[in-house]
Amino acid sequence: MIAYLGRRVVQSVLILLGVSLITFALLYLLPADPVRQIAGRSATPETVENIRRQLGLDQPFVVQYWHYLISLLSGDLGRSYIQRSEVTELIVSRLPASLLLMVGAIACEVVIGLTMGLIAAVKRGTATDQSLMVASFVGVSAPQFVVGLLLLYVFAVRLGWFPIGGYGTWRHLVLPSLTMGILGAGWYARMMRSSMIDVLRQDYVRTARAKGLARSAIIFRHALPNAILPVIAMIGIDIGIFMGGIVVVESVFGWPGIGQLAWQAIQRIDIPIIMGVTLVSAFAIVLGNLLADTVAPFIDPRIKLR
Amino acid sequence: MKTKKTREREHDMRKYLISTVAASALALVLGMTSVRAEDAVDPNAKQGGAITITYKDDVATLDPAIGYDWQNWSMIKSLFDGLMDYEPGTTNLRPDLAESYEIAPDGKTFTFKLRHGVKFHNGREMTADDVKYSLDRVTNPKTQSPGAGFFGSIKGYDDVAAGKAESLAGITVVDPYTIKFELTRPDATFLHVMAINFSHVVPKEEVEKYGADFGKHPVGTGAFKLAEWTLGQRVVFERNPDYWHKGLPHLDKITFEIGQEPIVALLRLQKGEIDVPGDGIPPAKFQEVMADPEQKARVVEGGQLHTGYITMNTTMAPFDNVKVRQAVNMAINKDRIVQLINNRAVPANQPLPPSMPGYDKAFKGYPYDLAKAKALLAEAGHPDGFDTQLFAMNTDPNPRIAQAIQQDLAAVGIKASIQSLAQANVIAAGGDKAGAPMIWSGGMAWIADFPDPSNFYGPILGCAGAVPGGWNWSWYCNKELDAKAAEADSIVDPAKAGERAKMWSEIYGKIMEDAPWAPVFNEQRFTMKSTRMGGADNLYVDPVHIPINYDNVYVTDVQ
Repeated sequence: MIAYLGRRVVQSVLILLGVSLITFALLYLLPADPVRQIAGRSATPETVENIRRQLGLDQPFVVQYWHYLISLLSGDLGRSYIQRSEVTELIVSRLPASLLLMVGAIACEVVIGLTMGLIAAVKRGTATDQSLMVASFVGVSAPQFVVGLLLLYVFAVRLGWFPIGGYGTWRHLVLPSLTMGILGAGWYARMMRSSMIDVLRQDYVRTARAKGLARSAIIFRHALPNAILPVIAMIGIDIGIFMGGIVVVESVFGWPGIGQLAWQAIQRIDIPIIMGVTLVSAFAIVLGNLLADTVAPFIDPRIKLR
Repeated sequence: MKTKKTREREHDMRKYLISTVAASALALVLGMTSVRAEDAVDPNAKQGGAITITYKDDVATLDPAIGYDWQNWSMIKSLFDGLMDYEPGTTNLRPDLAESYEIAPDGKTFTFKLRHGVKFHNGREMTADDVKYSLDRVTNPKTQSPGAGFFGSIKGYDDVAAGKAESLAGITVVDPYTIKFELTRPDATFLHVMAINFSHVVPKEEVEKYGADFGKHPVGTGAFKLAEWTLGQRVVFERNPDYWHKGLPHLDKITFEIGQEPIVALLRLQKGEIDVPGDGIPPAKFQEVMADPEQKARVVEGGQLHTGYITMNTTMAPFDNVKVRQAVNMAINKDRIVQLINNRAVPANQPLPPSMPGYDKAFKGYPYDLAKAKALLAEAGHPDGFDTQLFAMNTDPNPRIAQAIQQDLAAVGIKASIQSLAQANVIAAGGDKAGAPMIWSGGMAWIADFPDPSNFYGPILGCAGAVPGGWNWSWYCNKELDAKAAEADSIVDPAKAGERAKMWSEIYGKIMEDAPWAPVFNEQRFTMKSTRMGGADNLYVDPVHIPINYDNVYVTDVQ
């Protein structure tokens, strides 16, 4: 177990290094010049060159990347070119909102998705199953912007049950979480359905049924714990995705998460922020996967970590 | 009252004209300027209350030496002051932290007398040393100010910019309330430069205390002070009770909510939750809003110092031929493009926008005339047109406008393929001599930094901007016009402002003969406000305090 964890940690560090190198290189190769964005339209050529020098952007790629890595090791993600604040400060200030939305969204996804998947699996082949699967397909393919605005219009503007965007109370959290829940539940529903169908075909389920156990006991006590494993792996991946920010939903609801920060930074080539958010989200994906893999043997004793 | 003021000023100017002695000029300028700032307070204004304004993007920094955004430009103006400012809602210069100023006859020495008793938000009195410190700071390369170049005419600028000196040799603190600027050349734009955010006065001790984070902890002399800043969520200003300008500001508190989509901001405005959507009316909702009388009544329309134009790279064939460029000017159906953006603009025929001094009302420009355009193309040796590329930014409505231009050009045989790219990539292509034959400037178009005709020349039409990475995307460089521009800018005497504006009109007229641009339209500004907002309409489309003049607006529902 410890050797396994050690190996996974080393792997994770290498993955993060790779991500940082690739992102840094891509940003370096961008045909647009970040200094022109910082300097604005009235800057003289001297001003532009001065800013380039001050930011060290006149250095060769290898030197720039090396400097970045050295600061990174001491936990310094640098200062935003445009906002002029510490990137760490900018990300940390948006972390609570992102985490909260992540928890809310995953909870909605899991509750809606698992319920749908479970019903579909049990009622396999019926009209209920088919309509649930169509619904999940629609959910997965619906544009976030449309669903978000629709919910906002109906529940906030028309009915006035929830505030029109913003952040602060649990009431602010409901609509953005629900939007993400509706959109993401389809994945969980489909995964839950196929996993559950697999499990329901197993011999031990037949044995349980032969023993005369109640249907609900078979499904919830015997089948569900075994069917849920792939779902946990999926939550791990979702954590990573959500940490990278949910640009559209955050914009629609004015949710101050990491997605907004990343989107604004990309538009203005604010390299330190783009690097910072990429690394944080890569870190979250790696960590999420690691957690999901580490938790797996506790849920399914057949799995051994080697 | 206003006419009386105007008459007084005209009178003063006439006297300036006949006076040859600098001392008498000083006396008059003193008389002219000291009371006017206080006069500007609206007698109907109510005191107190709080408003909420939304923005989509983060507020970057509130450091006046650095901030250069749509959102923070006007916020900084409310937190800080400069020696000069403009009468609210207009482009008329007036002294601000200065009480008066004197310009030497050679136009190279400006002396400002400062107001007494102006206090920073930390309680300390502002003096001439602070003004000098602030300008030394903004020009210091370490500050990385995008506006450093505005101060290029101050003696000693080159040494500071090169890192050879810490202080501008041309600025002398005569006494705590007198500061003298010596310039290397007469500079008619200097008073505007003293009104631009980059020259706003900051207290040394606070800048040193916060270092690079001063922009998050701004301390100025302005009408408001920063009360709260929650990153990514909101910025709150509260009234500065010690503001030197008696009776201002009217509001007790302004909350800026960040991260709100314009479309959601509009919904909230309709519900009465906010007072001004800072990013304006979303284009998709514009017609809906204007069709509803109740909403339309809360829309304020005004001009802005903006021109949208097509650049033609004068160093690339076939645009190196003036006839081809003139043909393009005649081929564009500007009225149709204006319709395409719901009439949120007026067609343009010259580089300057209508509200700018020097705009030539009599100038007719190139007519929309396909037959003439075709004839010009034939004369230039392209009777069947040619293939070219049109670069444009990829955000709405720019691709639609680019398509309209493409169709117009096709009508005279010019086949332009559209390169729809992110803003930064279009800017990069324009700054590369062999990068882009044609660019539609929308989304990146020129909005003046200050209301002076010279501001539309240097970087975008002058030789100085025709350099790699520059903004003169036509690569148009006319040495003769450069000399004429320098001559116009050396006319510092305010009494000769009319003469100077006329020179600029001629310069832009000459540019239109060479036709490096096809000017397309001047965007209008549309601000929406809640029913409880009060104050003159021009405060909501203030040409300088964009989007609105926070210091002078008020709410009607207090007491």
